[in-house]
Amino acid sequence: MGLLETVGRLALDALEFHGRCISLLGLTVRGLFRKPFDGRALATQVVRVGFDGLPVVLLTAVFTGAVLALQTYVGFKRFHAEAWVGSVVALSMLRELAPVLTGLMVTGRSGSAMAAEIGSMRVTEQIDALVSLATDPVQYLFVPRILAGIIVLPMLVVLANALGITGGYLVAVRLLGANPVVYVQNTFQFLSLNDLWSGLIKAGVFGFLLTLIGCQQGFDTTGGAEGVGRATTAAVVLGSLAILVSDFFLTKVLF
Amino acid sequence: MTGLSKRFGAKVVLDGLDLTIAKGQSIVILGKSGTGKSVLLKHMIGLLTPDAGTVEVEGEDLWGASRSRRDEIRRRFGMSFQEGALFDSMSVGENIAFPLKRHTQMTPGEVRARVAECLSLVKLHGIEGKRPSELSGGMRRRVGFARAIALKPEVLLFDEPTTGLDPITTDVLARVMIDLRDRMNPTMVTITHDLKVAFEVAERVALLDRGKILVDLPPREFEASSDPGVRAFVQGDGSEDAESGLPAEAAV
Ligand SMILES: Nc1ncnc2c1ncn2[C@@H]1O[C@H](COP(=O)(O)OP(=O)(O)OP(=O)(O)O)[C@@H](O)[C@H]1O
Ligand SMILES: [Mg+2]
Repeated sequence: MGLLETVGRLALDALEFHGRCISLLGLTVRGLFRKPFDGRALATQVVRVGFDGLPVVLLTAVFTGAVLALQTYVGFKRFHAEAWVGSVVALSMLRELAPVLTGLMVTGRSGSAMAAEIGSMRVTEQIDALVSLATDPVQYLFVPRILAGIIVLPMLVVLANALGITGGYLVAVRLLGANPVVYVQNTFQFLSLNDLWSGLIKAGVFGFLLTLIGCQQGFDTTGGAEGVGRATTAAVVLGSLAILVSDFFLTKVLF
Repeated sequence: MTGLSKRFGAKVVLDGLDLTIAKGQSIVILGKSGTGKSVLLKHMIGLLTPDAGTVEVEGEDLWGASRSRRDEIRRRFGMSFQEGALFDSMSVGENIAFPLKRHTQMTPGEVRARVAECLSLVKLHGIEGKRPSELSGGMRRRVGFARAIALKPEVLLFDEPTTGLDPITTDVLARVMIDLRDRMNPTMVTITHDLKVAFEVAERVALLDRGKILVDLPPREFEASSDPGVRAFVQGDGSEDAESGLPAEAAV
């Protein structure tokens, strides 16, 4: 295969993927506004995404905050700006690291699980069975999962913010001997509510993207058990990419 | 359905197939493994879209109708799948209750009673609490059968309901089907490899071959037909296939 052909194929695949996501999104929105609204399924998904994500997200946040404090301390010390470590940790966590890392972790944990679950439903004809029972599979499967993603991600990010800042605090105060009062003061001095909000909006968007992609990859699975494996991997790769790419544009828009 | 064609890649499975089934009629579709019986059945309920041709239900084009209209039509159908296709996130009882909860106003008590009734019809009473993964293939298929009939649909599609069952359970299921046919008079389309079941259940027997309905006759005439395809099928004779160099597939 020539280079041109490969590039062309990739471009076509990308186009097809976007087309599929958009058309499935259309069906999801349609399903959202149609009876029956399955509150129980939504609650189940919220609990599942939340609890599955909680441990990894919290662990990631603590250590990210800690390492961030460590790194900025080393760097800032060179121009005698150690006092601002707290501000840097808090700003980076709230605006950037907490939402992105939480998004990536939940993609690995729940986006993949959704792709695997829906994918195996596809290959064992359970999705056909749903249709035969006059049930719209997109409404039944996508709506609760995507809503759960949009709801849960910001909640996880709030916790990640708190733990990230705590992690930074512990390193700065316990390990590097910063003054606790000054550190806390500096942490919150330059924070505005806008920093928090922009992170939470990002989180909501990431939650939406990773669940949509997880569901789509599962839904479009072909080729038996092997296909389910492929869908699961693709859900993680594409979900992560979507988060990183959209993060740039969101940052630009939200500032 | 008229002029129905379907291909997967280069493989033509249905090739301009015509079939009309009258309301309340029971038809059995026979055919060699891999000829497209399941594909045909899936077209009847709109699980697959035809490449060409139309599927009409009481004169209404399934693919000309809106999505919600299509679901309304499907609500009158019940389909049991070849491998059961049970929802494995639910228990057996929840599987059968699923259409009842979704499409009727039944109280929980009524749902429970109907689930128990359907399960005992297929001789599986008392397994409501089990998970599909704990069941054998034959049991799963029977639960799928129970789920398909739970809503008492007007049109029943059965994809190999008795394959892989012992002769006694096969007979039980055949009786259930005959009983359903006589009591509720549904339109019934059954795919089976079991000729005994076929001739018991059917008012019409059709043979699918190379994407078309080759023969379509009442059971007695089908059995007596002199068509070579039918003869080979009824007698389980694979010699013709073997001679023409194709791998001999078991016909029965
Ligand atoms: N989703 C699909 N993608 C590609 N090919 C398919 C698909 N579904 C069915 N086929 C092909 O269509 C043909 C008919 O399949 P079908 O399942 O209808 O056979 P069948 O008559 O039901 O056989 P059996 O008696 O073994 O169940 C097969 O050759 C199969 O390879
Ligand atoms: Mg089949």
